[in-house]
Parts: sequence; C-alpha cells; structure tokens
Amino acid sequence: MSTKTLAYILKRIGLALLTVWVVITITFFVMHAVPGGPFLREKAVSETAQAALEAKYGLDKPLIVQYGTYLKDIITKFDFGPSIKHRGQTVTGMIRDGLKTSVSIGLIAAFSALFIGVPLGAVAAINRNKIVDRIIMVFTTLFVSLPSFIMGSLFLYLFSQQLKWLPANGDKWTGYIMPIITLALYPLSYITRLTRSSMLDVFGQDYIRTAKAKGVSKGNIIFGHAMKNSLIPVITYFGPMLAYIVTGSLVVEKIFGIPGIGSKFVTSITDRDYTLIMGTTIVLAMLIVIMNLIGDLLYKVVDPRISFD
Amino acid sequence: MALLEVKDLRTSFFTDAGEVKAVNGISFQLDSGKVLGIVGESGSGKSVTAYSIMQILAGTGKIIGGSIKFDGKELVGISEKEMKKIRGNKISIIFQDPMTSLNPTYTIGHQLMEAILLHTDRNKKQAYERAVEMLRLVNVNEPEKRMKQYPFEFSGGMRQRVMIAMALACEPDILIADEPTTALDVTIQAQIIELMNSLQKQLGMAIIMITHDLGVIAQMCDEVIVMYAGSICEQGTVDEIFYNPCHEYTKGLMRSIPTADTAGQRLQPISGTPIDLLNMPKGCPFAPRCDAAMKICTQDTAKPYDINENHRATCWMNIKKGVENGTIEIKGEEEQTNE
Amino acid sequence: MDIKKNPLSMHINVDSFLPASDEDKAYMVKMRPSSTFFKDGVKRLLKNKVAVVSFFIIVIITLSSIILPFFWPYGYEQQLGNKFPYPVDNSYSNLKPFEYGETEKARMEAGEKVFPHIFGTDAQGRDYFIRVVYGTRISLAVGFFASIIVLIIGMLIGSISGYFGGVIDLVLMRIVDVIYSLPDMLMVILLAAVLNVTLGDAIDKSFLKGIGGNIISLFIVFALLYWVSMARLVRGQILSLREQEYVLASKAAGAKGGWIIRKHLIPNCVSVIFISTALQIPSAIFTESYLSFLGLGVNAPMPSLGSLANDALNGIQSYFYRLLIPAVVVSLIVLSLNLFGDGLRDAFDPKLND
Repeated sequence: MSTKTLAYILKRIGLALLTVWVVITITFFVMHAVPGGPFLREKAVSETAQAALEAKYGLDKPLIVQYGTYLKDIITKFDFGPSIKHRGQTVTGMIRDGLKTSVSIGLIAAFSALFIGVPLGAVAAINRNKIVDRIIMVFTTLFVSLPSFIMGSLFLYLFSQQLKWLPANGDKWTGYIMPIITLALYPLSYITRLTRSSMLDVFGQDYIRTAKAKGVSKGNIIFGHAMKNSLIPVITYFGPMLAYIVTGSLVVEKIFGIPGIGSKFVTSITDRDYTLIMGTTIVLAMLIVIMNLIGDLLYKVVDPRISFD
Repeated sequence: MALLEVKDLRTSFFTDAGEVKAVNGISFQLDSGKVLGIVGESGSGKSVTAYSIMQILAGTGKIIGGSIKFDGKELVGISEKEMKKIRGNKISIIFQDPMTSLNPTYTIGHQLMEAILLHTDRNKKQAYERAVEMLRLVNVNEPEKRMKQYPFEFSGGMRQRVMIAMALACEPDILIADEPTTALDVTIQAQIIELMNSLQKQLGMAIIMITHDLGVIAQMCDEVIVMYAGSICEQGTVDEIFYNPCHEYTKGLMRSIPTADTAGQRLQPISGTPIDLLNMPKGCPFAPRCDAAMKICTQDTAKPYDINENHRATCWMNIKKGVENGTIEIKGEEEQTNE
Repeated sequence: MDIKKNPLSMHINVDSFLPASDEDKAYMVKMRPSSTFFKDGVKRLLKNKVAVVSFFIIVIITLSSIILPFFWPYGYEQQLGNKFPYPVDNSYSNLKPFEYGETEKARMEAGEKVFPHIFGTDAQGRDYFIRVVYGTRISLAVGFFASIIVLIIGMLIGSISGYFGGVIDLVLMRIVDVIYSLPDMLMVILLAAVLNVTLGDAIDKSFLKGIGGNIISLFIVFALLYWVSMARLVRGQILSLREQEYVLASKAAGAKGGWIIRKHLIPNCVSVIFISTALQIPSAIFTESYLSFLGLGVNAPMPSLGSLANDALNGIQSYFYRLLIPAVVVSLIVLSLNLFGDGLRDAFDPKLND
C-alpha cells in the first residue's frame, strides 16, 4: 500500500477518534451542567446507586478529576457506570442487551435497502420515462419525503390492528417485519433514486458510445460497462445510510415497542437516568462515526481514479 | 461499385423544442482504399452523418429518409442484430475526446480484446496476442505491460492510439475518424495524423476523416465534402476544392486561413452565426452570412451543379455564371416543376 | 431530390440574380429574445406543474395556520369540559368529528348556533381542529426560523472563512469538519434535553414562556450544529468568485470584468444559497416533528404535529383519525416543500437536471 493511501487512512481514523472524544466530552460536561449535578438533582436516586456512584467517581472531587475517571473507565473497561434508575444494573450491561436487537434489525434493513434498491434503480434507468419508471419514481419520492414515524404508525394501524396480518411486536420473527420495513423504506427509496440517476448519467458518457460502436450487445453494455461505474456514488452513501438507520431506530423501536438500544436512549432521557443517557449517547455516536469511516474508506478503495488527499 | 454509397440521407432529432434537421439530404460515395474528408463548422451535421452510418445516434435521433449502401447492402432499416455485426468489425469509428471515450473501470487489454473476441473466431489467447500486435502497430511501447493498465494511466495521445488500435483490430473496410485530433496538443496531432497515414498505406482501409481543420484535410484526404447546416455545399478532389472553390462558403473558409502570403494583413473571418436548425427557413442556409447573396438565395435552395467531373457545388453563383456564359438556358418564370 | 448534373434549362426569373438586400436576409434569421437569469429561471419554474402545485399547497397551509386562529371560537388549550368554577363535564372528552358535548347540545336546542368540532376533541376535551392548526403553525415557524438562523450563521462564518483565508480559514474549516462528523440527531436530542432542564426555569419567567423551553433549546441547537453545510457552501461560492475576479483582473478587463461577475456569477451564488435554505426548511420541520414525536419537543399544552401524533398513538385503535390527521398534514408540508425545493433547483441550476 502506498504511503499516500496509508496517510489518508490514518488521517480519517484520527478524525473519527477525535469526534468520539468530542462526543464523550460534550456529553459529560453537558450532563454535569445541569444545576445541582445530574446525580443529586433527582431525589429518586436510590441509596445503593448513590453509594456506587460515590465510590466510582468521588462526587465531591473536582469535575476534571471525575471526567478523567470517567474517560479512563470507558477506554480501559468499557465501563459506563451503574444505572441510576434501574437498580443493580450497569449501563454497560443494559447497552449490550439492547445492542444485539438493534444491530440485527439495522443490518437486515440496510441489506434490504441495498439489494432491493439497486436493482430497482437499474430497472427504472433502463426503462426511462416508461410506466415502470414513473411508478417507481412516484413511490420513491413519496417514501423519501414522509417521516419514518408516520410510515411506522400507519403500518402499525393498517397491518396490525385493522388487517391483523402482522403482530405489533413480540419474539416471533414476524414481529420484526414491520419495524424492518419501516426502517428500510427511506434508504431503499434513496438508493433507488441514486442508482437511477447515476446509471442515466453513465449511459450518457462517451465510453458507452464507444462500446456501442464496437458492436457490444445491450445487455453487456448495461451490466458490464455501465454497472461498475454506476455503483460508485451508491457506495458513498453507505456511511450516511447506516447513520440514518441508527437514528431511525429510535423512532421505530418506540412505535413497535422493541427493547433495543435506541429505545433505551429515549427513555433514559425522559427518566433522567443520566449515566444511561451518557452511555447510550456515546455508544450510538461511536456506531455512527465508525459507519461513516467505513463508508469513506470503501469509496476510496472502489474508485481507482481518486487521489488520496 | 463504390464501397459506401450515401443517397439523400436525412437525419433529424426530435426534441421537446421541435424537430432539429441535422442532416438534410446529402449524397456522396466512398471508394475502397480512399480517404474522404468531411469538413464543416460545429453544427454542420458532419458527426451526425457518421453516427447515421454507424447507427449510433443518441436517443432522439432518427434517420428519416435516404439510403446508405455498404458493399451493396442497404443499412438503413436493417435489424440491430445485423448492424452489431458490422460495428467495430466492418466499419469502425474513433471519437474526438480520447480522455472520456475509454471505460475507466476496465483495463486497456480487456477493452481491446472485447472487439476481437466479439467479431472474430480467435480464442482468448489469440485475441490477447492480436491485441498486443495492434498496440505495437500503433507505436505504443511495452505493449504487454500496457495491456494490464487502466485508461487513467495513459496520456491523451496514447489513449487515442489505443482507440485506433481498437478500431482497426478486426481489419475494417472503413474507418471513420470523428475529429480525432481536436482534443490533442498540436505536436501530438501531427503524430496521430502521421500514424493514420501510414496505417492507411499499410492496411489499405478506406477512411472518412471528419474535421474542421483544413490542414488535416490537406495532409490526408483524396476527396473532400464541405458541409454547412446539414447540407453539402461542395464536393470534389482536394486539389479542386482548395485551388478552385466554387461555393461562397468554401471560398470564405479558404480566405480565412492565414498563409505566408497574407502575413501582416487582417484575418478575414466569416461574419455572423450559423442558422437555427430548429426553424430552417427557405433558401440557402448560408445566405444570411454570404456577402454575395442574391435574392434567389433567400428564396430557394440551389440545385447541385457539376463544374467538372471531379467537382460539384450547390451554389446559385455557379448557376448565374452558367447563365451568363450560356451553358444554362433559362425559360423565364413559370411554375417550378421537378424535372 | 433528383440530382440534375447540368440543368441546361431552368425556370427562373432573371431578376432573382440581383444581389439580396439586408432585409431579404433578415427574415431568415430569427433572434430569440434575451432575458435575465432570474426571468429564465422563473419561466422554467412555472412550467414545472408539480412545483407550482406544491407552492400553492404551502401558501394555503401557511395562510390558514396564521389566519384561522384569529376567528376560531376555540383555543388550543381550552379544555371545554373544564370551566371553573363549574364541575368538570366529561362529555367533552374524545368527541368524534362533528359531535357535541352536553352543554353545547343544550345550547343548540335553545336555538343557539354552536360552531362544530370538525375533528372532534381529544382526551382532555380540547378542540382538535384548532390544535392541529396551532401545531402546523409551530412546525412552520420552527422550520422557517431555524433555517434563517442557519442561513445567518452559516453565511457569516462561511464568508469570513472564504474572504480572509489563511489561518482563520484553516481553523474554521477544521471546526466545521468535526461538527460535521458529529451524529446530529443524537446531539440535538441530548442538548435539547439538557438545555430544557437548565434553561427551563429561566425561560418560564421570561417573555419566551409562550414558546416553551424545548423550542428555544431547539433553536439553540440548530444554531450550534446545523450551520456547517451552509458555511461550506458560502465559502465555496466566495472562493470561486475570487478566482473569477483574479482571472479577469489579470486579463486587464477592468470594469467589464466586474460587470460579468455581477450579471452572471452573483445571481448564481445567490440562487444556490437560496435553494439550499429553502431545502433546509422541510429538514428542520422534520427534525422538530421527529423530536416532538419522541416526547422531546414542545411543551404541553402547546401542540406540535409530532406531539399530536405521539399522543394519538395510545388511542390508535378507536381514534385512528387523531393520528392520521397530523401525519397527513406534516407529510403534506414536508413533501410540498421538498418538491418545491426540487423544482427551484431544477429551474435555477439546470446543470444538475436528471
């Protein structure tokens, strides 16, 4: 690997780490900016939790020291401290439980968006301005503009309550169909439109004309010559897509009652469970930053023309 | 029989704004092994003519009339399946901008071998060898190494050589070159022209050279067609056109070339701008810019007039001269009929 | 066309060989009228039927949300069954559309005209229609003002960075990079929640009580985080302007150079920035309704389309329309704004057309 490439990768990783550190720092100091301190303000903090926090962070020590301890615990042990509201549970433990569910739903949604969106976009591009294309464009415009909580609520009402086709939630795999669809709709529509416009753009390029002039068949032109070039912009969307799925999960988990990390984050805020808030924020932020990083690096790998600066 | 016979070709583009008449009834012939030049401004229809022959017109373009006979076979209206066998095989084309004409995600080798595998009986190994041979033919050094490289690793001049190699790999009867040197540096231009000349002598294919550069015409071509606004103004051998231009537009072109004799004098460009192909008025399309235009030029297009067996011009001026020296008889104003 | 090699005889009037005058030639060349960049763009925009329809929808919704509350007989926080010092009248809760509460029915029988509850009432007996209207008002106001804040801050920082360059530019752009890579939703939720708690008391005592702590927090968060894209955009425009100026100056064009910049480049810059702001509005509205839906948006009793949808989730079985109506309204607003923004972009920046 050339030195230029290496330098670029290191620079991006450095930025990612910096961002995560900024998030941790902001979260910490923002939480402690609540007058009276986060731990003391709410009277409902239990004795055991108080004691545990005291032992861990030394609540009368200066803020900077508490910050240092907090940071050290995260980096060395992934320890976010005890939960304030849920007795006996650690934040790390709660996050781990929620992460499994959220990640599986998120990944399935992401793959669906990709493996349905790209072919759909290709179909639209090949049949430009015909009925198929117009139908696809109408639906994708719709789904790209409608907020996910609306789609989710509508699905809940329609398929669960009125038509009784799918359960609202639960452990059976069918309970996950609606959440996944709700989560996947926006990225799917976006990818479809992106693929479509990217392919149309490629179709107009000179090298496609050259291929045609050589006598290459239409199928070979579309799936051979055009496809590779068309996918490059789609790959740049990976990072933002995964970031969207993380934030989208907040809404989806609430509507369908899924105990993932997203719903824990939201309830922690209304519960004022400050250690949980901090923990979930940081983990979610890390996920997003990592996804963006992967997306960035992937893009540079795929397109041989891009210079690394 | 001529290798390529084009008769009254008409091609239009049907856009949202209306019908753009890009080629408006042109006729010419190309003999085996000859080099024909098509010269004209942007918008004159020269590229569209080439694309019509190859039938690679962009979406809204259609051949709406006329005939194109290649080796006796009519090309207008044949199936796409049949046309695919001709493209890249019997008739090849190279384009203006080599920087964008090669697929950035395929190696040079892949793109070279593609045409060979498509049109000939060679297997992969033989195709590879043929591709390397072609690269050598166009003076690309270290051909084996080059086969594995991507287009972005090549310079403009080298890419154009690769395009030429790709076009000639299947030994076509006709090579169409659409402004092959316009996007290149002057020194590279000279190299490419020299290469094409020597290849023509070596392989003996006919060439249609499309350009707006009269110098290139002078260096390469046997015969010339001068196009303007979708019609042919004048056609003939290079000598005839250069030394005895008979159409006002051609005369204007020749006048605008700076030569050693005109050193120190003001350049004489042709004034005005080309006509709107969306709304073609009656009359000669060049009339609005022509200093010698006559009333009849604004009313009607001229009939083609043979100055001699090597030279034909479509300009009322020649007909006027014909009337003046008695070779043409006029019968006064009666209803115009097509005789 | 039959090619005659040598027309030995032709039917022509001899006068036709006289030289053509300029008038003769003029008819052949039709000049198209020139127009300004702005006029061109507006013409293109008007041809876009979808964009025009969207624009009208936005105007109608906006005007209704402003005007209707003035003459609507019910307030958004008015609990109809709860008139002090009378006992609480439960007949007003959860009315279906066009139903009436007990005392209203009595008044109607006595011959009085009672304004209908077009969307019924909610669980606290408040007229739902006016709550939806107020919710729309809030959403639109938030969207609009947040975008203005983003525009002002972004333009300020972007211009400074682009104009002064050097170290200032470097530092500012590094800050932009870091803020840009922060996961925005998370930060918004976090900051909004905290600001609400910390500033909540202060706001309640001041004139801003009507708007509510959460919304103020929202504005602050927008001001802190969302200006970055606009700053980058403005900086890019200023840099390209400078480059053009430099090139023109070096060609010694003098006054003419300045004219070119004014006539072509500045309208282009302005339109790019304007379109970006216009597309920021639906994004802000979306963020606000998203937060409200999660329970982190406006404070009760002020309604927001998102919070109305959230409240309606509980009664989704029996009162589905209470979810549907705000959902449809917010979707309509966001969709229309997006379509109109797209139309603007297609009209004024045709390089990006499909």
